[in-house]
Amino acid sequence: MGEKILEVKHLKTYFHTDAGLSKAVNDVSFSVEKKKTLGIVGESGCGKSITSLSIMGLVEIPPGQIAGGEIIFEGEDLLKKSEKEMSEIRGKKIAMIFQEPMTSLNPVFTVGQQITEALMLHEKLTKSEARKKGIEMLKKVKIPLAEKRFDEYPHQLSGGMRQRVMIAMALCCNPDLLICDEPTTALDVTIQAQILELINELKEETGTSVMMITHDLGVIAEVADDVMVMYAGKVVEYATGDQIFEKPMHPYTHGLMSCIPKLDGDDTKRLSVIEGMVPSFDEMPKGCAFCPRCPEAKDICRQKMPKLAEAEGRYVRCFKYTQEWEETGNE
Amino acid sequence: MSKNIFRFFNKQKEFEQDILKNGMGYSGFYGDSFKRLKKNRMAMFCAMLLILIILVAVFAPVLAPYDPTYQDYSAVLASPGPAHPFGTDEYGRDILSRIIYGSRVSISIGIVAQVVASLVGVTLGAVAGYYGGKTDSIISRIMEIFQAFPDLIFAMAIMTFMGKGVLNLFIALGLLTWVRTARMIRGSVMQLKEKEYIEASRANGATTFWIITKGLIPNCLSTIIVLVTLGIPNAIMYEASLSFLGIGIQPPTPSWGNMISAAQTFISYRPLYSIMPGVAIMITVIAFNIFGDGLRDALDPKLKS
Repeated sequence: MGEKILEVKHLKTYFHTDAGLSKAVNDVSFSVEKKKTLGIVGESGCGKSITSLSIMGLVEIPPGQIAGGEIIFEGEDLLKKSEKEMSEIRGKKIAMIFQEPMTSLNPVFTVGQQITEALMLHEKLTKSEARKKGIEMLKKVKIPLAEKRFDEYPHQLSGGMRQRVMIAMALCCNPDLLICDEPTTALDVTIQAQILELINELKEETGTSVMMITHDLGVIAEVADDVMVMYAGKVVEYATGDQIFEKPMHPYTHGLMSCIPKLDGDDTKRLSVIEGMVPSFDEMPKGCAFCPRCPEAKDICRQKMPKLAEAEGRYVRCFKYTQEWEETGNE
Repeated sequence: MSKNIFRFFNKQKEFEQDILKNGMGYSGFYGDSFKRLKKNRMAMFCAMLLILIILVAVFAPVLAPYDPTYQDYSAVLASPGPAHPFGTDEYGRDILSRIIYGSRVSISIGIVAQVVASLVGVTLGAVAGYYGGKTDSIISRIMEIFQAFPDLIFAMAIMTFMGKGVLNLFIALGLLTWVRTARMIRGSVMQLKEKEYIEASRANGATTFWIITKGLIPNCLSTIIVLVTLGIPNAIMYEASLSFLGIGIQPPTPSWGNMISAAQTFISYRPLYSIMPGVAIMITVIAFNIFGDGLRDALDPKLKS
């Protein structure tokens, strides 16, 4: 295990809604090592984005509430920082790339004005210095005619180009941690590959750590060293990338894997899907959150929540790998 | 034949290079809007008219044939003629000169009152919209109190309370119109603050002040421009009404409102005396309104179906 840059311990982020208390992130622990990439996988609504927003301190309070836990970043607990201290960390030490490049840029400012925003906020550069650095960043993310693009408006750029701009914005202060919240979801496949390659390249070059949030296991295969699979606000499997792809242990991870179409497989077979939906917080089952959709569920799964336990060199939240599994019968 | 094909490809190449060099002919948001505005003939005509009126106000001393306060007792209530195109008033002052000088008062009051209203309205509206919750309720209640009074009576009350004078008139008219600006900005900000680029800006380390001033207000700029342009004629009308009632601009300083007020005694004897300042008010107000409408259409192409 290398040096940890970020360590999240027992993070709990709750939302108070009219329908009751929603435990969006429920006791989640993980860590990101220096210069490594952690992939967080899960379906929509499983708490991945809220985890990243909690780290950035961008959860709206109220209705949100950080109910417990610690977020240790470079030895300090981010949850204990004031809003002012956090705004100095955001953009400078931890940067974030959002899902929608189409709407993540302010339409009334030029690309250049937005890239230099973080530079002006954090490094107090003069306009001409910031301009130089901004153009340099645009070149780094491989935008052709960087000098010209610098003075253009977001609507003049394509989606892939805008996502490159977002990356340039995020990386211009050399952050120690880059959080990518589904950076390729809104892009088409060829552009996706280019963007991922770019993120990987820049990671090598600048030595930042990356937290890659996605629902696409293909993306994980491309970039992640470690993988955390989330389901309904909880970690269900936490392993290295190789382990996950070699042998997914949790039935949910297994389900996600078999949803990927295989080009070399038997093309007469139907693509398998995971039946059902992520349960919403007000209809959360008593036992394991995944059991209503789990093909292997037994009685014990319906009665209580399994613990995240070590099994075969990784962590899995499933009774299948515990003593109790053998003791209980199938109905 | 083959030559023709080559020429075609060369043209194509030239075109592509041109696009690479100059972009797709985009000229930014305001450039596009200006193009749309230019197509609206009526609005452009009114814009010219407004420029003319403003020039008249600026160069009043050069243009006016007489000093507006000079009293010529040999020509009291003179009928229109070569010496006095619109005649003279009961003190023998040249009506044309007084109308020309009156434009200074009307235009400056319109603009200053709107600047005051915008400063107050944009600040309070943005704060209310951004913070929401209790801050929003307090500011919204204040706005409702301001709106609960009839406008003219409210302005009269302020003027009687603070005393007559140009400065107080600015304040009174500003207080009268800030609520409308604040409401519009509050709504826009509430909508805009949920946008992803605001969140992205926050993730970049932007403080609340930065987000409001650099992220939100520039996005409301077109709304503000339209509100100001449409607010100016309103302020001009209020000034005229207040001056007509005798609590606005005080004689001998000429204003279109107090001229009409003074002229009412002589309306059957010297109709031009009261008609001409009325016409001046009408032309200015209509020009501002049509130009403001054109500006709104140009800035928000979605409104035009």
